[in-house]
Amino acid sequence: MTTRTIQGQKNLQKINQASKDGIGGSPLRPDGTLKVKGEFAYSSDLWHEDMLWGTALRSPHPRANILSVDVSEALAVPGVYAVLTHEDVPGEKYYGLEIADQPALAIDKVRYHGEAIALVAADHPETARRAVKKIKVEYEVLTPITTEEQCLDPETHGYVHEPHEYRSHAYGNVCHEQRLVSGLGVTDEVRALADVVVSGEYEVGMQDQAFLGPESGLAVPAEDGGVDLYVATQWLHVDRQQMAPVLDLPLEKVRLTLAGVGGAFGGREDLSMQIHACLLALRTGKPVKIVYARDESFFGHVHRHPARMRYEHGATRDGKLVFADCRIVLDGGAYASASPAVVGNAASLGHGPYVIPNVRMHAIALYSNNPSCGAMRGFGAVQAAFGYESQMDRLAEALGMDPVELRQLNAVTQGDRMPTGQEIDAPAPVAELLQRVKDMPLPPPLDLEHLDVRTLPGALSNTSHGEGIVRGVGYSVGIKNVGFSEGFDDYSTARVRLEVIGGEPVAMVHTAMAEVGQGGVTVHAQIARTELGVEQVTIHPANTEVGSAGSTSASRQTYMTGGAVKLAAEAVRHELLERGRHRYGWTQDDLALVGGKVVSASAGVLIPIVDLLGEDAVEQTREHHHRPTVPFDKETGQGFGHVQYTFCANRAVVDVDVELGLVKVVELTAVQDVGKALNPLSVVGQIQGGCTQALGLAVMEEIVVEDGKVRNASFTDYLIPTILDTPPIPVQILELPDPHAPYGLRGVGEAPTVSATPSIVAAIRQATGKALNRIPVRPEHLTDTL
Amino acid sequence: MRVTFSANGKPVEADDVWEGESLLYVLRERVGLPGSKNACEQGECGSCTVYLDGVPVCSCLVAAGQVQGREVRTVEGLAGEDGELGLVQQAFVDAGAVQCGFCTPGLLVQTDALLAADPQPSDTDIREALSGNLCRCTGYEKIMDAVRLASARTCARGAEK
Repeated sequence: MTTRTIQGQKNLQKINQASKDGIGGSPLRPDGTLKVKGEFAYSSDLWHEDMLWGTALRSPHPRANILSVDVSEALAVPGVYAVLTHEDVPGEKYYGLEIADQPALAIDKVRYHGEAIALVAADHPETARRAVKKIKVEYEVLTPITTEEQCLDPETHGYVHEPHEYRSHAYGNVCHEQRLVSGLGVTDEVRALADVVVSGEYEVGMQDQAFLGPESGLAVPAEDGGVDLYVATQWLHVDRQQMAPVLDLPLEKVRLTLAGVGGAFGGREDLSMQIHACLLALRTGKPVKIVYARDESFFGHVHRHPARMRYEHGATRDGKLVFADCRIVLDGGAYASASPAVVGNAASLGHGPYVIPNVRMHAIALYSNNPSCGAMRGFGAVQAAFGYESQMDRLAEALGMDPVELRQLNAVTQGDRMPTGQEIDAPAPVAELLQRVKDMPLPPPLDLEHLDVRTLPGALSNTSHGEGIVRGVGYSVGIKNVGFSEGFDDYSTARVRLEVIGGEPVAMVHTAMAEVGQGGVTVHAQIARTELGVEQVTIHPANTEVGSAGSTSASRQTYMTGGAVKLAAEAVRHELLERGRHRYGWTQDDLALVGGKVVSASAGVLIPIVDLLGEDAVEQTREHHHRPTVPFDKETGQGFGHVQYTFCANRAVVDVDVELGLVKVVELTAVQDVGKALNPLSVVGQIQGGCTQALGLAVMEEIVVEDGKVRNASFTDYLIPTILDTPPIPVQILELPDPHAPYGLRGVGEAPTVSATPSIVAAIRQATGKALNRIPVRPEHLTDTL
Repeated sequence: MRVTFSANGKPVEADDVWEGESLLYVLRERVGLPGSKNACEQGECGSCTVYLDGVPVCSCLVAAGQVQGREVRTVEGLAGEDGELGLVQQAFVDAGAVQCGFCTPGLLVQTDALLAADPQPSDTDIREALSGNLCRCTGYEKIMDAVRLASARTCARGAEK
């Protein structure tokens, strides 16, 4: 509204300019200066007088009974203040995001490699580490349950959780499942309608979020018997909800404040050190800091579910899809974490952004003695996209069609129904995204005459001077939901206050939103500027003194908490203008706050905001709820389950050294519809970052697990893309507004992580002719050395 | 043991240092300079990069005792005396190269060293020079933009002189 032009009121034009730092602009991050000066306080930077260091003893076995734990030697180490086991947990012994199946400290058995058994607090981190080694645990080591076949045969191989333990409607070692049938389903009669049928089995390895800031925080015991925790998390309120019962404290005595967060990507949705630090602080009466080392970080958070998928697609001779059938098996590991939601996404989005008349789907998550898996950027949709997009390429080849044209021919658009029966009631420009990405200029061809070997596969290792290098190009598109689904009311709260400070109107925005790097704090200030016509905005530290902001995940924060800031700011504006109407008798219905003034399109400037405010602050708090959704029917998968859909299309260009099996991604192009780019600089940054994590999954990243044991818990052995591995990432954004969303915006962060991986694999297939049914693609997959 | 060295031009003294402590630990926990970051503590991520006698090193791989009597310059020492951002710092803010920011201190020191050695690096030179600094948020594109911007500003400043 602040951008409306005022006809015939030239004197107003200057003040009618919306702030360039409002929505649609790209103001600089409010925390940017602190971050480049090294002064931004991350959770691992915190310090307190008399502070102790906490650390955990973790299981070396993926499955074992604990026969005894002897902490006496550890307690005797000078400098050690406390050693705790599950017997010291005062309240509920179990917690969990969706199912409370995880013990705060292991009780009588361990279910995965790295499970926490005991805690130590000491005056130096090394003292704590040495004391941990003196805790004596007697194990009865059991054969871990690690494969799909073992999990599905509990009579032979056993249960990860015994049948009476913490399993809702699950059976055997199945944690959660979702079936879906639409149209006629997939039967022999339906299959007979297709001229061409392709099928494939696909596998996705276990990816890690690999955020750089390790899990960490500082717990400070309070005089009221409660505890204050300063922590890096994605959702303060859900942390507290899980912590308080375990600590046997009422919610209000567990106060959380967000410390600086060094990335998250889903890996901070579950608790890590929160309960442990608070237990130690409450026991010792001293502040306790816990900072994970990188190896502990790999054990201390959940990962992306590895998946095994079987797809079958049938189409007519001219390329129209007739049916699609899929079974997705996700390894959830020892504890449920977000597995039910991951299954829901895999089932409902697992056939991609395509119109398919007849569909069948079965998605399940298993309990196993592998590391727990849960949320990671794009969960459920990422795994499936590798399957259905591989199938699209396979189908195009079988039909002799161009793979982009095949996708466009079957692409969903607004008004179509997903296999869940949910109508897509907002723009869904899938075919256009594909066309645009195809029309983007290609990078120059490989020039053997003038090449810099550093740009080749193998790069600085000087492995080729151009010989054996083959170029490939691949395309893909993906779909992701935004916000929590299946009936979950993940509302957000915002408090906005407007007052005069130093002669200027200043807005203060207070939410519990976890700023994890995404730039939500920048966007909140932009929204306040646009809605209140002020320049100065203060972002209050995020804490539990204000209502929940929901999780910084599911691409939801700008939509949900941004939406709450908008509602609260609108309420402040309304109250302020009502005050003016009451006081000055304004009768105009075209009042707005622009450039620090109350203006009327018809009457011009009425009053500066500072004069209308005077000494009084105006403050409003609002909750923002998205439109309601419903759970998917357990058997048919039908239901209005998702809040919003988001789409991204990619093109990958790769050079492959076909002799050595080395891959260099030369360029990774992305075109995404974002509805409305509230901050274009941040939006592009999100898309480029999301594409790079997809690149990692395509060709580099996997937690290697052998018989339940993690073999590469370090950045030496778990490789994430460096700047040399990452190509230029040209991005084009579309802005087709979603009528249901604040400002028409669409969640941004996850769609590129869903869609980009298959384009890279497609490009490698084109270069090598290999089938490549597993990611990450490794050199041995390309050179027949397996 | 006691370790004395110079940090950002000022003498510092750390007491009761255990022999196994790294320079990174001493900076972060003993002398109040937590700007250098602890992402991997095994020399893979570059987030702890500092200058040691003018040479960029991973401070997590330097034993505290090794810095006795030497000069350390950290991210906290890149800004001017008046607190004004250094040229590389400002370029990172302006280009949108900072998201979570955990990799930023190390990248700033490494970029500072790169531009000191070569004010006009090619894109491939930049990628080679920064290949020891992991970033998980940005996809590196805005970091490339920031280094190019810092390079252009460095050259413009040189031309003014």
